Amino acid sequence: MTTTATAVSAASKGVQRSGRGPGRSHEGASRPGFAWAAPAAFFFGLFAIVPLLLVVVLSFASWDGLSDPEFAGLDNWKKLFDDPIMIKSLWLSLLLTFLGVVVQTPLSILLGVWAAGHQRNRAVLSAIYFVPLLLSATAVSVLWRAVLDPNFGVPAHAKWLFGDGNLFGNQSTAIAVLIFVGTWQFTPLHTLIYQGAARSVPRVLYQAAEIDGAGRYRQFFHITLPQLRNSVVTSMILMVVGGLTTFDTVLILTQGGPGTDTTISAYYMYQKAFKTFDYGTASAIGVMLVLVATVISLVMVRLTGYDKMNSTMEGM
Amino acid sequence: MSRRRPNFLAGFGSTVWLLVVGLPLYVMLVATFQNRADYGSNGPFALPEHFTFDNYVNDFNGGFGQYFLNTVIVTLSVVAIVVLLVAPLSYAIVRSRSRVTGLVFRLFLLGLAIPSQAVIVPMFFAISEAGLYDNLIGVILPTAAFAMPVCALILTGVMRDITPELYEAMTMDGATHRRVFFQLVLPLSKSGISTIVVFSALQAWNGFLFPLVLTQSAESKVVTMGLYDFQTEHGVDMPGMLAAVVISMIPILLVYLFARRALVQGLMGVGGK
Repeated sequence: MTTTATAVSAASKGVQRSGRGPGRSHEGASRPGFAWAAPAAFFFGLFAIVPLLLVVVLSFASWDGLSDPEFAGLDNWKKLFDDPIMIKSLWLSLLLTFLGVVVQTPLSILLGVWAAGHQRNRAVLSAIYFVPLLLSATAVSVLWRAVLDPNFGVPAHAKWLFGDGNLFGNQSTAIAVLIFVGTWQFTPLHTLIYQGAARSVPRVLYQAAEIDGAGRYRQFFHITLPQLRNSVVTSMILMVVGGLTTFDTVLILTQGGPGTDTTISAYYMYQKAFKTFDYGTASAIGVMLVLVATVISLVMVRLTGYDKMNSTMEGM
Repeated sequence: MSRRRPNFLAGFGSTVWLLVVGLPLYVMLVATFQNRADYGSNGPFALPEHFTFDNYVNDFNGGFGQYFLNTVIVTLSVVAIVVLLVAPLSYAIVRSRSRVTGLVFRLFLLGLAIPSQAVIVPMFFAISEAGLYDNLIGVILPTAAFAMPVCALILTGVMRDITPELYEAMTMDGATHRRVFFQLVLPLSKSGISTIVVFSALQAWNGFLFPLVLTQSAESKVVTMGLYDFQTEHGVDMPGMLAAVVISMIPILLVYLFARRALVQGLMGVGGK
């Protein structure tokens, strides 16, 4: 999760500068060869790139893990699109991802901009806000499973708020729990992104606005928000990739239930592979998840003009 | 920004969020220090009636000592592999002119977009074929591989900031690549190295999917697996379960206390601006 997190922001900064950019030709210094990169390249190729190629191959194969895999053409893919649970799981994945973005984005922008201010208590509070991000998704899920337990948790002692208290018993509350837990865990990460961005907004802009008599809220909407545009894209891409690959939380909090009401694609893939041993179909779901995440990310980059690396320093 | 009046709305909002973050942590902590009967009758908000460490002791005797040790082994190994491989890799990416190295860098960028779920099926069979199923090595290798792309990005970012003049000066003195690497690059990338150490350690410590699919027996369980099992088997023992959650958090919180900057930078990727 956090892996992809750092990735996008880093990639957006670093790609253009890879290898030999202009103005980096300093003759006279000898340079290391490929040998320095070889061990890492080999290791990474073996444990990440090769499996990725294999999963694409497997998605066109029929395999139960015991006999030899057989070429099956597009059978797995056909099966997927004829499978009502699969279609439902894809919608659920998209729904959870969408809701996650809608809930977390405004929240983390507000918290991030607030935390960018320099006051003593803010530093202390930011340190506390940050804690959920440090915990494993497993720990977070188990913690909330305990806190929200219908018989021993908070709902049992706050009936006025939770009704019968069984939040895992129907689809809408189960989805609400998943969204809430995801928000609880990952808002700190996005807050951090926005905090960094808000700190790098040129002071001059605010000073000019002060002189023009713009109040705090006008400054926020007319200066801070437009300046955060690129960070919004970065943060949203992370949310999309993270949302589509959510797995631990579903496994621990809802087991995809009630029924299949929270069986999102990543969890369905796990069931297909390790519960019903249909490895071909599971591989196809895996490939599909990568494709969906990539397409959504690319569309977002296109729509926002992020790829043109528009400067947010217009008028400076 | 001159603050003319306190921002009440922001103050209110931040207090609400503090409660949202803090309350479950409070519930967790007070639950772990009381026995099950008290917890059942007094509810999740009450302070412990009979203060006890039994939950922690029971968890440790119930296998968490072993899981903890396994997780430490996995984490240290992952960190070692990542640092040993990524440091020379980043040096090559930043300094090499060869086309192949540029290609390798793109390969790692592609790697950023691969979620571990997507490759778990072939990984499971590859690890089983290699005879590493239910073996910590089988968890260590893929975990290290999937931590590498981000670490490579972080470290190349840091190494790029070393001025070319320094390289030239060293080369003039007739230094070999090896000497340049050990006497110039490594000392100047200390901050980046500590960031990738923290980041890969966090990844390894919190890893779930690889241990879930690639291990089975109690001897090779890591803490996250122990937690998951506890929840499925003794889900009603809230104090015990929450104590297990606390046990799994302790090292991370210690790192957070003592190396907060490295950790935050690790999570931010290429450091805060």
